[in-house]
Amino acid sequence: MRKYIAFFRLRFSMGLQYRAAALAGIVTQFVWGTMEILMFRAFYQADAAAFPMSFQSTCAYVWMQQAFLALFMAWMMENEIFDSIVNGNISYELCRPINVYNMWFSRSLANRLSKALLRSVPILLVAAFLPAPYGLMRPASFSAFLLFLITLLLGLGVTVAFCMLVYMVSFFTISSVGVRMVAVSVVEFFSGGTIPLPFFPEPVRQVLELLPFASMQNVPLRIYSGDLSGTPMRHAIFLQMFWLFALAALGRCLDVLAMKKITIQGG
Amino acid sequence: MITLTHVCKTYKVSKRDAGFSSAFKALFHKEYEYVTALDDVSFTISDGEMVGYIGPNGAGKSSTIKILSGILTPEKGTCLINGLIPWKNRIEHVKNIGVVFGQRTQLWWDVPVLDSFELLKEIYRIDGHAYRQNLEQLSEMLNLSGLLKMPVRQLSLGQRMRCEIAASLLHSPKILFLDEPTIGLDAVSKLAVRDFVLKLNKEKNTTVILTTHDMQDIEALTNRIILIGKGRLLLDGTINDIKDGYDSTEEALAAFYRRHNI
Repeated sequence: MRKYIAFFRLRFSMGLQYRAAALAGIVTQFVWGTMEILMFRAFYQADAAAFPMSFQSTCAYVWMQQAFLALFMAWMMENEIFDSIVNGNISYELCRPINVYNMWFSRSLANRLSKALLRSVPILLVAAFLPAPYGLMRPASFSAFLLFLITLLLGLGVTVAFCMLVYMVSFFTISSVGVRMVAVSVVEFFSGGTIPLPFFPEPVRQVLELLPFASMQNVPLRIYSGDLSGTPMRHAIFLQMFWLFALAALGRCLDVLAMKKITIQGG
Repeated sequence: MITLTHVCKTYKVSKRDAGFSSAFKALFHKEYEYVTALDDVSFTISDGEMVGYIGPNGAGKSSTIKILSGILTPEKGTCLINGLIPWKNRIEHVKNIGVVFGQRTQLWWDVPVLDSFELLKEIYRIDGHAYRQNLEQLSEMLNLSGLLKMPVRQLSLGQRMRCEIAASLLHSPKILFLDEPTIGLDAVSKLAVRDFVLKLNKEKNTTVILTTHDMQDIEALTNRIILIGKGRLLLDGTINDIKDGYDSTEEALAAFYRRHNI
């Protein structure tokens, strides 16, 4: 365990040093969030009753999403991992008394957490001080906030476990670009990254909520905005745990398979 | 003790002619070819020995190193290193070996060298005292003191190479594999690396297996050479076995390669 924590520490401290990237990220996320809210405002003005979430909840959803973007966006995969598979630097990692899956899992966790830590605070601060319907409202209760934090971490786990599958698949292909592109678009759309899942038509939504993608950002963001509570929330949390376990198990299987057939090409 | 018996390894290689039309044809029908990287290779290396593993480009040197370090699984044959089969007991096995791949890097690019070292300390569970002692000794022998706090991306190739070698030795491995460790180094760095490897072998009795194209490396470091070509073992002896009248080892080796048509 200690070695994986060491990995986490190094990746985390490495992530903290990219200050300019963080600043650029903050600005982008802030502008993006504003644009999204302006767009939703136009829709809500047309007919607020047609929406499953109140405008205030939608704004909270958007701000939380922008603040914690680094935790959930599938496209924030680590290029260094793909590079090491393509250029063969992975051979060094295989010369270590360490499991590749666990090592990359802790590394990805650290990468996302360090990025989110740098970016979330300014966005949350600004959003909290925006006037009433546009800003970030306070959570409904302390227990709701606690549940938000727990599901945030579970959602992060599911996201990383999913990205791990993409890393593992690139052991079996010459180029990982195709798999990545498909995976990223699927996650973006089906996880509620483009629009929140409640906005989908009812029959579609019912199916989507069972998929692993719904166990990523969908659960914590909707708990925070007060859209998800009671029995549906308990089901959602249970599903999160199930998918975390299932995706990690699948990833470990691929890991075992990859280690058996791996060939490092070139001298 | 390293024993390799009748090891064979083949690679599946996709092949096509150059040009658009053959690229298009390959969309529907891919042609593969099986290339033999290692063909019935056997040798034994005892503890504390220093061996030069040489051969022309594409002879199978790196493949052997990868098999010995547990990364690659051969189709046939067995390999036993201190009682362990590398690819079956990978994690157990790699605790006792150090590997330097001259063309790859194990140090983290954007952080100081020391951060990578600290990570290795945790990965290999080196205790604090042994770690400090090793680090002190290595940085003195390889002259690293000024480099350890610099980010890896700002080091020159030779500086980085010395750090790579140190990184592979922090956990005091019993066996060290060096795969072209002097590639691209200037004269001073080359000499420093050679001196260091000699000292390491003498003082700690570390088994060293070295692949290189630089015959001066071989002359300076090893008595025994194992020579392979096209995946087959051609010679297991000393440098004098190939010298055969030539003044320069380089020429003797080239003549040897030509004679064996490799």
